[in-house]
Amino acid sequence: MLLVQVIVGGLLLGAIYALFSSGLTLIWGMMNFINFAHGEFVMLGMYAAFLMVLWFHAGPLAFIPVAAFALVAVGLLVYFGVIRSVMRGPMLAQILSTFGLALLLRYLAFWIFSANFVSLPPTALRGTLRIGGILIDVPQLVGGVTAAALTIALHLFLTRTRAGSQLLAVAEDRAAAMLMGIRPDRMQALAWAIAAGSAGIAGALIAITYPFSPSIGEVFGLTAFVVVTFGGFGSVPGALIAGLLIGLIQALSAFYLGPVYKDIVVYALFVAVLWVRPQGLMGKA
Amino acid sequence: MRMRGKIFTRLLLLAGALIAAPVAQAADAVKIGVLWPLTGNAAAAGQASKAAAEVAQDIVNNAHPELKGIPLADTAGLPNMGGAKLELVFVDHQGNPALAQQLALRLVTQDKVNVLFGAYQSSCSFTATAVAERYGIPFVIGDSAASNLTGRGFKWLFRVTPIATDFADAYMHFFDDMKAQGKTIRSIAIVNENTDYGTSVGDAIDAAAKKNNMPVAIRIPYSANSSDVSAQVLQLRDKQPDVVIFISYTSDAILYMRTMRSLDYAPPMVLGDDSGFSDPSFIPAVGDVSQGVMNRSSWDIGKPDSATYKINEMYKAKTGRDLDDTSARNLQGMLALADALNRAGSTDPEKIQKALRETDLKPEQIMMGYRGVKYDQTGQNGLASTYLIQLKGKQYEAVWPEKAATTSIQWPMPAVKH
Repeated sequence: MLLVQVIVGGLLLGAIYALFSSGLTLIWGMMNFINFAHGEFVMLGMYAAFLMVLWFHAGPLAFIPVAAFALVAVGLLVYFGVIRSVMRGPMLAQILSTFGLALLLRYLAFWIFSANFVSLPPTALRGTLRIGGILIDVPQLVGGVTAAALTIALHLFLTRTRAGSQLLAVAEDRAAAMLMGIRPDRMQALAWAIAAGSAGIAGALIAITYPFSPSIGEVFGLTAFVVVTFGGFGSVPGALIAGLLIGLIQALSAFYLGPVYKDIVVYALFVAVLWVRPQGLMGKA
Repeated sequence: MRMRGKIFTRLLLLAGALIAAPVAQAADAVKIGVLWPLTGNAAAAGQASKAAAEVAQDIVNNAHPELKGIPLADTAGLPNMGGAKLELVFVDHQGNPALAQQLALRLVTQDKVNVLFGAYQSSCSFTATAVAERYGIPFVIGDSAASNLTGRGFKWLFRVTPIATDFADAYMHFFDDMKAQGKTIRSIAIVNENTDYGTSVGDAIDAAAKKNNMPVAIRIPYSANSSDVSAQVLQLRDKQPDVVIFISYTSDAILYMRTMRSLDYAPPMVLGDDSGFSDPSFIPAVGDVSQGVMNRSSWDIGKPDSATYKINEMYKAKTGRDLDDTSARNLQGMLALADALNRAGSTDPEKIQKALRETDLKPEQIMMGYRGVKYDQTGQNGLASTYLIQLKGKQYEAVWPEKAATTSIQWPMPAVKH
């Protein structure tokens, strides 16, 4: 029973890892571009939710979409303001630009929100479900299920809709896509909007359960990189499976070996995966 | 004649300048380099301590005759140094020991500070004090609790705060008292974050428990950066200890309280070892689900006409909050340092070191529940001690030892209702 409890907790956390990592993997797949500020997007999503609660006493049904839209705006702003120009620059400029952006966003948040930890007051989403001896925290359940559903929805959007196909076409062959009448610029902006928006939603979902401060982006940014590498660069289903897997590995190793060892296990597997399958579990070689 | 007169006046001016120079120098500020985590995980504690240090600076630099008994409150500046003021140079080590070391080096070599002060996380104090030792600059530790900080044979390190072994002994006495009152304590659990602070306090409690034949049901070291602690809470629930002792920083302490509630786990008693449980964000975040949690504190606000109450008012005017144990211990550390600086009467490191060694503050001269401030061979304040407090409503109340208690202890903790 205890084992099932550990597994459920790990999977719910893993689903949220999957959601915010899918944005990172999408941008990599589209543009071969690493967004180091992705963890900061998650952090901004958390503070967007926090402000909505602080100012309007909003519930999760209001603050989750607002966090999503706010981050879509941030994503577009970042794309048109920074990324489009640095894409023309050398590789190093591309890497360092988002790194600088990450620090800028983090310290702006320190300045605006102070370094104190904040947490959302209890919302309508609270309480614990008891299902056959297993206890499930309601906010965690809602967060995990929503995150998993959105990650699957993102995959379906990419593979089953016209706009999704156009996105993938640009990723596959930019020049050919242009010949087919697709505007790559618009598609890339869409990718940034989706990536940032999903990070925003993930942030709002995490904020319901966990206390946070401006430096939290660091933790999530790192997790996202591990998930993306594990799952395969550019693969959304890969991110979903890898996210769940990493949540599960962390929970099991924390329980059986002790919390100090959980990251050792995760990173050891991470290195092992890179060694055996450098393209990730579901990435294309 | 005119020429000679000119030379004479110039010589006179020169002589005057030479005589005046040392005096002017004496009235200069004393520079104190202060290292704290002003950003990062423990930023809230660092910022609160910064505000507290500034209150100490205000008490020393300006006349505060209303603070009876507190040394240097009466006068403006340091009287033995021509009224020299304290100047605080704050740096942010972000809780990173390597950065703390670099910043200590910068403070000593570039900012030319006379004394160092800090550094909250024991791991950061560990590296920063090594720099002070190498350069022969006194380092006063306001609040880092790891036992191994002193006892390295350092000559320039002085620690005002009680340390891990003091706390561990206090906890064991407390358990004995509780058992004498008929409470059941069959075993305890120790949950500690895994840097110098948590490890050393955890080890000290572990050792004290063994000495007192108190079974330790489980010891759980973890990383304070964990984003999820449900596995640890499940381990605790599995072992069913009667008291769970947490040695945690802020976000992890909050996370544990939340997770324990959501996993429906409530041990008879939770004892937080200060830090996270004393952080200003703790009560607003999880006060409602943490009623009855115990904590240690050497700080108590006291009656409205007391010096401690007035000092708290000064801090409150600045921050809007009451002093917590961490910031109050730093405030006390800064005041104890100022007392030594004044007796040194000079910014010469050797003289400051000597004055620190000769420190002998009596209980009525200090604002904390210590029995005084007097450093032993290792630089540790041998008169430091602690109260135990319990969360009731929106604040902690002193409950142990009985002579310091303002209210009676509630054991077991009130059960959290879903």
